[in-house]
Amino acid sequence: MADEALTTIPAPKPAKRAPKEKPGPLEYMRQWPLQAIVAGTLLFLYLPLITLMVFSFNTSRRNIVWQGFTTDWYVKAFNNESLLQAFINSLTIAFFCTIFSVVLGALAAVMLWRFRFPGKTVVEGGMALPIVVPEICMGVAMLVFFARVMPWPQGLAWPFNLGAIIIAHISFAFPFVATVVRARLASFNRELEEAAKDLGASEWRTFWDVLVPHMQPGLIAGALLAFTLSLDDFVITFFTAGPDTITFPVKVYSMLRFSVTPEVNAASTVLIVVTVILTAVGLQMQNKDATEKKA
Amino acid sequence: MNDVAHSNAPAPKPTPHVKDNAIIRFEGVTKRFGKMVAVDNVNLEIREGEFFALLGPSGCGKTTLLRMLAGFETPSEGRVLIDGKDVAPLPPNKRPVNMVFQSYAVFPHMKVSDNVAYGLKMDGVPGDEVKTRVEEALELVKLGGLGGRMPDQLSGGQRQRVALARALVKRPRVLLLDEPLSALDAKLRDQMRSELTSLQEKVGITFIMVTHDQDEALAIATRCAVMNRGVLTQVATPADLYEFPNSRFVADFVGSVNMFEGVLERDEQNEAQVRCAELAAPVYLDHGVTGARGSTVWVALRPEKIEMHKRVNGAQPMKMEDAPQGMNVVPGVIRDIVYLGSETNYEVELDGGRRVKTFRSNLTRYDQEDFTWDEPVWLAWHACSPAVLLS
Repeated sequence: MADEALTTIPAPKPAKRAPKEKPGPLEYMRQWPLQAIVAGTLLFLYLPLITLMVFSFNTSRRNIVWQGFTTDWYVKAFNNESLLQAFINSLTIAFFCTIFSVVLGALAAVMLWRFRFPGKTVVEGGMALPIVVPEICMGVAMLVFFARVMPWPQGLAWPFNLGAIIIAHISFAFPFVATVVRARLASFNRELEEAAKDLGASEWRTFWDVLVPHMQPGLIAGALLAFTLSLDDFVITFFTAGPDTITFPVKVYSMLRFSVTPEVNAASTVLIVVTVILTAVGLQMQNKDATEKKA
Repeated sequence: MNDVAHSNAPAPKPTPHVKDNAIIRFEGVTKRFGKMVAVDNVNLEIREGEFFALLGPSGCGKTTLLRMLAGFETPSEGRVLIDGKDVAPLPPNKRPVNMVFQSYAVFPHMKVSDNVAYGLKMDGVPGDEVKTRVEEALELVKLGGLGGRMPDQLSGGQRQRVALARALVKRPRVLLLDEPLSALDAKLRDQMRSELTSLQEKVGITFIMVTHDQDEALAIATRCAVMNRGVLTQVATPADLYEFPNSRFVADFVGSVNMFEGVLERDEQNEAQVRCAELAAPVYLDHGVTGARGSTVWVALRPEKIEMHKRVNGAQPMKMEDAPQGMNVVPGVIRDIVYLGSETNYEVELDGGRRVKTFRSNLTRYDQEDFTWDEPVWLAWHACSPAVLLS
């Protein structure tokens, strides 16, 4: 009886796969106005860069007409002693700037997150100042500072002659690191810290074993920010650089004043590639970190 | 007060691992945060081997009390003693107690085994001993073989077991649990309740649990302290807390209750009588109440202790055999029925408009059909059932 009753129940019909449906009201990406906007945005963002890269392979001295493919400009750029020196200077400055900015920024972030003290809002506001103050003002301020208040000794051996620029870069890069790390700290569960102490860890061990691992993605992101900010900074560097401490952006600018040759394009392309690779590596590290946790 | 009835209570459940010495003692402990008094002059003794529950609504100071044991808060006044020693000078990492946090606080960037080993490494325990003790601890909480997992590959219940293992592996004198079951779903919560009790009996360590869930406290603890606004209201076994509450707050907070304000009319050695404005009949008690005649008292009546009988127009009111004629029996009409499977909850409206809750076990499959909406009924209770409260 029961079996019969069961067999009379009709089998569920297989769900029909709908042929290409009309886009739903919230599927913006499938509607042409938004697709057009996205395409336009990408075009405006990347067309200038692509043009720059393409014309670095142009045989013509002029940047206007395409005449033929060559890699001569790269050879020329790499043989340009002063351009190469400027590039090495830029990387060195960015390297030191990153290290100091990450340490200072992380400490500042922890301090602001952890403690309550009189004048905290003033300190917080003061830290954000280098982010909002126009770069030109920072540049002039740095110029005056290193001319009058604390002159950086001249004629030091490389890389110590870059000291003034490194200090200037740190001063505007570390608030960015602090901001990123602080945002990361906001999601920290204070009970983790208490758990570590409860299990016998000292204040110092707790910091290294629990807080730093939590900050790590923020530290990586902050380091990337500091590095790229330093690498491509022109205005502030322009005011603090001396004749023997030319950085890459400043050098490119001075080359432009004589003539716009594809050599500049080639040099710029190298800079873009370096930045893209570094960013990709940084993101990859973060992703790996995330997937390792999941795997 | 109502200790006469107490003598009939069943023997407490055997707890051979509970010793007589006080492992923890709070002496006049007060904690202030600015002007707010979180804990107000608490005196409390917890014996070694107990599973003790601190019970109270949120913000009553129970967590502050726990955190003072762990060392995360210091008392503003008074002393906290562990094993007879004042622990005021000891920071959290030097105390012989370990804690299971509400969020479990399992280190997300460490493997399960590294999480459990962390405390031992901090103590400088040699490597091979760490390994065996970690394995033992994971086995104890039924996580054997999961030591290589990362915490985010575990379920909430498993993460809690990691937190338990991590604390127990250090063999603390006292284990502190902050709302241990609040983040688990209902089914898992029931399971963890019994596992926590058997775990505690197995390791023999004193457990102190903070909870706002009275069911949880009654089910697990050997003894409970109820707190309200920083003050310790009552410290008793779960059964005493439920059956013999010492105040309206405890009666109301622990379990469900019908509370009637009344006047003590008669108070003798082994009987008493209270007249309540909301009840048609006086309340008769088969024991004395230590209160002045004519004073205001509160009668607390648990819903499951009220019997419900059919009321037929014109018929004589039914009579409780242990109460004088006309007492402990009031008429009413059923207004609401909630069928819960194992039992059915009825809300009965009395003549004056007051609604009374009563629970009835569904002893047969047809019990819930006995009564229906708007049916006139008698409510009756035994002379020993109500608790009379003076505050």
